[in-house]
Amino acid sequence: MATTNTAEQPTRRDFLYIATSMVGAVGAVAAAWPLINQMNPDASVLALSSTEVDLTPIVEGQILTVKWRGKPVFISHRTKKEIEEARAVKLSDLPDPQTDEARVKKDKEQWLVVIGICTHLGCVPLGHEGDYDGWFCPCHGSQYDTSGRIRKGPAPANLEIPPYEFASDTAIRIG
Amino acid sequence: MAGHGEYQPKNPILKWFERRLPVLSFMHGSFVAFPVPRNLNYWWTFGAILSFMLVVQIVTGIVLVMHYTPTSAGAFDSVEHIMRDVNYGWLLRYLHANGGSMFFLAVYIHIFRGLYYGSYKEPREILWILGVIIFVLMMATAFMGYVLPWGQMSFWAATVITNLFTAIPGAGRAITQWLWGGYSVDQPTLQRFFALHYLLPFMIVGVVVLHIWALHHVGQGNPVGIDVKSERDTMPFTPYATVKDNFALICFMILFAWFVFYIPNYLSHPDNYIPANPLQTPPHIVPEWYFLPFYAILRAIPNKLMGVLALFGSIAVLAFLPWLDTSKVRSARFRPLFKQFFWVLLVVCIGLGYLGSKPAEGGYVIVARILTAYYFLHFLVILPALGYLETPRPLPASISEPVLPKTRAAAAMSTRTPVRKG
Amino acid sequence: MRKTAFPILVACAVSAASSALAQEQHTPTLPRQSWSFAGPFGIFDRAQIQRGLHVYRDVCSACHGMKHVAFRNLAQPGGPGYSEAQAKQIASEYRINDGPNDKGEMFERPGRLSDYFPSPDANEQAARARFNGALPPDFSVIAKARGAEAGFPWFVFDAVRQYQEAGADYIFAYITGYEDPPADVTLSEGQFWNKYFPGHRTAMRPPLLDGQVDYTDGTPATAEQYSRDVSAFLMWVAEPHLEARKRIGFQVMIFLIVLAGLAYFTKKKVWADLH
Repeated sequence: MATTNTAEQPTRRDFLYIATSMVGAVGAVAAAWPLINQMNPDASVLALSSTEVDLTPIVEGQILTVKWRGKPVFISHRTKKEIEEARAVKLSDLPDPQTDEARVKKDKEQWLVVIGICTHLGCVPLGHEGDYDGWFCPCHGSQYDTSGRIRKGPAPANLEIPPYEFASDTAIRIG
Repeated sequence: MAGHGEYQPKNPILKWFERRLPVLSFMHGSFVAFPVPRNLNYWWTFGAILSFMLVVQIVTGIVLVMHYTPTSAGAFDSVEHIMRDVNYGWLLRYLHANGGSMFFLAVYIHIFRGLYYGSYKEPREILWILGVIIFVLMMATAFMGYVLPWGQMSFWAATVITNLFTAIPGAGRAITQWLWGGYSVDQPTLQRFFALHYLLPFMIVGVVVLHIWALHHVGQGNPVGIDVKSERDTMPFTPYATVKDNFALICFMILFAWFVFYIPNYLSHPDNYIPANPLQTPPHIVPEWYFLPFYAILRAIPNKLMGVLALFGSIAVLAFLPWLDTSKVRSARFRPLFKQFFWVLLVVCIGLGYLGSKPAEGGYVIVARILTAYYFLHFLVILPALGYLETPRPLPASISEPVLPKTRAAAAMSTRTPVRKG
Repeated sequence: MRKTAFPILVACAVSAASSALAQEQHTPTLPRQSWSFAGPFGIFDRAQIQRGLHVYRDVCSACHGMKHVAFRNLAQPGGPGYSEAQAKQIASEYRINDGPNDKGEMFERPGRLSDYFPSPDANEQAARARFNGALPPDFSVIAKARGAEAGFPWFVFDAVRQYQEAGADYIFAYITGYEDPPADVTLSEGQFWNKYFPGHRTAMRPPLLDGQVDYTDGTPATAEQYSRDVSAFLMWVAEPHLEARKRIGFQVMIFLIVLAGLAYFTKKKVWADLH
């Protein structure tokens, strides 16, 4: 608006324009937040209970799949041989170096608990398959060893360990 | 819309874009350079407020659909889930529920503004009729939306309103069952109402675009009701109308926020927090406040078919208003008799609204009949007759005349005329 | 003159009709209590909500469910103010039906934070069978599902005064509103006379007696106090985000008033060069 007013007036008007639009912009951002945040997990999802699993029916060499937060969790009752295999690997041979000891609970090394989701693109790997006696993902050929660590294929990281604890000698609570 | 094709962006990228799709000059012509009469008062800001409310309803509605379940077993619980667990779910639902009321409040002010200033008259008949269509679509949308929480009021509102169609001779029952998808209001009804409640707002958007197109084609009316004669009568939409609309909109938002944050359940009925029960009607069912005048008209007439016809007729009569009002003068400012009848009509409509909230018995029904008769009398008899009986006051020569007294105008012309374009 | 007389006539007709019909009031007007959660800055009285929960657990829960309320809600902000550990403790005192397990059987286990308050009856039919056909309503939103019509012109003042406590007022009035029926009324078996219940005949016996619930915080253990506490508790149950709503509401109001002021001065300044 080209007006022939004095210099003072456009300045004050510009100031009002800027002040009003700044405050309005802050309000618009604040109003947008509930619209965005409503898509985050809601209170009932966040509170989803922990899952308790009885380990007694799982025999040595068997892998049990349980559901936790809508995802599969593998509970592998590992044999002596499997544990030895996992511990014999040199860390330098691993794409995502991590010791087997760091992936299991102390004195419970026969129990491996991992989230059964391939770290590549989210498929569920098959147990006791592949070159490393661990898991083999049928989608894009990633191979995990008996500790759930990535050994071969496109996946970048080891199978994730969910938060869990031993509720007793024969039961774990995941979550 | 308005022919301001001379606008050219300076930025080379925008220039490139503009040559291929002239959306910028279109926006500029419609919302920046568009000439509006300079004498518009605050009643003319409700168009902007209504556009805002439509956006609010669509945005909050889409977000609510992400959490709502349209099943007779799950709808009520999913609404409670939204209220309790979803992040800011209570805010979104209260915004949407009260937003409906605010939308109707604004549209009623907008309609009565049109009635007072004769906004429906030549050449704005199509503009007005498009407005009536929007109003009907709004009513349908609001009604179906009210059914979705599946409370007692939702269920019985759906039952009563769909039963209106049983009044149609012969085919009534078949049509009603077709609407229900069954022998009563139930799961199929809820699900189709949900689908239509999601669809209709986008149809409203479509008609609103036509409404604004028509408005920009014929130009805005104004409180004096005479045509724009020269550039001196107008000012550019931006910044003048935009800053004014903006201020009015924020004031309206304060009222909206008052309801949402402090009295969110004030406009609804406690019974709608009771889950739908097809075996028991609440002792006193009432529609939402914005339907009350029409509900009073429906109940005022003792015959079923006639009551339904009166209900639909009371809305349909608005579409014929441009031809029912025979006066050549638009604004009530220059129509001394019409002005009084306008206020009578407003009181009658509010009175009908009050009666709609009361039980249909005794004296209430008698008063409702009188007011219903008056409502139709106003449109079908008084308005056509007034055009012939009334002597309007003399109209000013131009819009700027009453704003700008002749003597000052001449002096102001030389120094202070704002440049309008660019 | 002739023309201005008409609106007055219409107004008179409406008001005459309404006052003539106003005498058809069936129930007395609800007395309005003073609640800590009323008004723009209202918040729940934590101790009162905790006492209300106590009354609910000891008395009401025998017949009334609260299926939309989870134990985790007891520890959420703006509620009774329990810690998560306390809420867990309360949850563990309930037996929750869960399952099916690996053998396909349902089983019972102690409650967890994510569980909801169990309803006393398995379904509506079971409840009606237990109460001679009457159905004790679920309490999840009861404080918003009850109320009273203020009538013209009071409802206008209520909008300004932010009166949203009709539900709590009704519940308090109802629980304390039992009295002997009028002489000409005979009640059938299982019916009780209540001043505030619509139709007066209610199937619920007077629920709260003095001394029935042990209060440990020194609050008088009277039926009236129980009623007040449980009414406040039910308001929280029905509107768990009330405090957040009013707090955010105040921020929004301040923001909008500042913005309106700025918009007003902008408008004034812009329009100043238009004369």
